Amino acid sequence: MSTVTATTPPRASALAMSIRQNRGFYGALLLLAALYLVYNLIHPRGFSTNVFIANTNESVALAFVAMAQAMTVIVGGLDLSVGAVMTLTSCIASELVRGEPWQIALGCIVSVAAGAGFGLINGLVIVYGRLQPIIATLATGAVAIGLALLIRPQPGGEVDLDLNWAVTNSIKDLAETYHLFDDGEAAWLQPVAWVPVPLLILVVITAAVWIPFQRTVTGRTLYAIGSSEGAAYMSGLPINRAKLWAFTLAGLFAGCAGLYLAIQTGSGNADIPQAGAYTLNSIAAVVLGGISLLGGVGTVIGALVGALILRTISFYFRILSIDPLLQPLVEGVVLLAAVSLGAIRTLRVKNRLELFR
Amino acid sequence: MANDLTLPRLKSDDLPIVISAGFVLVILALGSIYTVATLGTMPLLSPNYLLTQLQTGAFLGIVAAGMMMVILLGHIDLSVPWTMTAAAMLATTVGGPAAIPTGLAVGLLVGLFNGFGVAYLRIPSMIFTLGVDSVMRGLMIAHTGGFAPQDSATPLMRYLAADKLLGVPVAIFVWAAVSIVIAAILSRTAFGKAIYATGNREAASYLSGIRTRWVIVGAFAISGLCAALAGVLLAGYSAKAYQGMGNAYLLPAIAAVVIGGTHILGGRGRFIGTVVGVILIVLLNSVLSIMQMPEAGRQIIYGLVIIVMLLVYGRTAKVTS
Repeated sequence: MSTVTATTPPRASALAMSIRQNRGFYGALLLLAALYLVYNLIHPRGFSTNVFIANTNESVALAFVAMAQAMTVIVGGLDLSVGAVMTLTSCIASELVRGEPWQIALGCIVSVAAGAGFGLINGLVIVYGRLQPIIATLATGAVAIGLALLIRPQPGGEVDLDLNWAVTNSIKDLAETYHLFDDGEAAWLQPVAWVPVPLLILVVITAAVWIPFQRTVTGRTLYAIGSSEGAAYMSGLPINRAKLWAFTLAGLFAGCAGLYLAIQTGSGNADIPQAGAYTLNSIAAVVLGGISLLGGVGTVIGALVGALILRTISFYFRILSIDPLLQPLVEGVVLLAAVSLGAIRTLRVKNRLELFR
Repeated sequence: MANDLTLPRLKSDDLPIVISAGFVLVILALGSIYTVATLGTMPLLSPNYLLTQLQTGAFLGIVAAGMMMVILLGHIDLSVPWTMTAAAMLATTVGGPAAIPTGLAVGLLVGLFNGFGVAYLRIPSMIFTLGVDSVMRGLMIAHTGGFAPQDSATPLMRYLAADKLLGVPVAIFVWAAVSIVIAAILSRTAFGKAIYATGNREAASYLSGIRTRWVIVGAFAISGLCAALAGVLLAGYSAKAYQGMGNAYLLPAIAAVVIGGTHILGGRGRFIGTVVGVILIVLLNSVLSIMQMPEAGRQIIYGLVIIVMLLVYGRTAKVTS
């Protein structure tokens, strides 16, 4: 490796190095691009803003939940409560996000903060209680579902309709709803007026939370813990702080998912099977996005890509008019095929001891 | 209480079992105090009531027994829900004397496939079994068209799941038989020792001459068989198979195994602990339903009990090197 980087120009080698280190991520990105391109080619109204907006709308919640899962998988853990925390925050949001503008804003903040707070509790139990993340979050997930049922025994709620319209459409519609930028007619806005707000939300939150965090010592410590916790400890890295941050940010992302889901559907629903499905899909998305379940490899952006791949596959069912009953079968086969590709590595291993980790 | 049934081993492995057995008694005592205060009777302590509870616990107990084999290896089997459902659906579809063998064959096949993916392809069990679960769900939905199948369970399935022998539900005998077989495998056979060894450190076991891949495949096959048996019995209990019948068993099974003191990363745990863990979860559920606790309160209490039990004895060593 070092000889290659020494003989090639620095910039090319940086990209080449990045690709070599993140094969899974770049593979996922290519797969997503190919899948979505073909989808638009065969869609009768392909490449149109409406289709794009509808697709992004349906992807946001899963994308956030997958990003939440990625935070904990990178440190070598697993969070089985992400779907439950999403459900809890969507129930909270369905109660609070209405009324005066300041009430709506406060409601959004409280919902996301509730998610982050629940994530922090997960972190405290795991770090100071020294419990295995899988089993601890299995239990706290039950608590989260219980709280969600307390808040909302029956599905329902009246989330602010303006907000619902504004965040599930294009930027122009957002500006029009709130009379910003000359009702969305400002000349400088036109080049991006078609961009779906859900996509903007995903990009902004990823850029505001993950990218700065990744560069901090705490952020780098996540990867060190995932690779070898003992070595990270001996290097004097802030292990406990990093784990607490990982689970808190996981809660924050799950909170964003819940808030968006509540605004998108206009209601809250303490749906236990739905929470379980989101949790399981988040694990699948994380793996598809090139994050190692053993920890230490991958990024939150990979999980985002993985979630979009899963959603794109489900879009195919509608336009190809495949029996929706076959959807779980195809999803499962795709997942198994994707992870089996990673197994090719094992056929090339010469020393079998390297397989055991 | 039931500790003298198996061979004495490490003291530290017994602690979780003693504590959870004690907690079972606490649940029974608190539940009885509640019923005395509200109803004036103690239905919880009547043998009939306990036997009925154990009968419904038998399905969970059988699933947990198979799950324990896999968790002892440091793996996990998330394909249990739809393995159960697939076994039950195919068993009722085939019907006749071949029903139960068909169901068990489904479980064995799923287990062997899981084992192949985990042991030979080296795919993390968490994700491979999740994919298999999704595939099984897809196959069953395609098979039934998404509706509950009309075929009903065979008389033998009903007898095993819902009938009584000498005043004791037959399902409890089935659970006991499965338990004895698994306990014997774990404590008396080379395969059982190989499971503990592989769960502790696969590389060391491999270098010691254990065929660790076969051990993994074997454990997943047993887990698949147990899930299938539980699915077939559950179909017998409710007289037919239905969509999603196994969904409620996955997480309680994992919880029962872990509450019983089996280490989630593998290598440590005694079978009797899993039995106590199952009893604890079943009794906790039944006491909460006697109290007419709404679902919200049940979920919260259920989660808190697992956390508290694990905080008492399930803490991992502090990372120091």
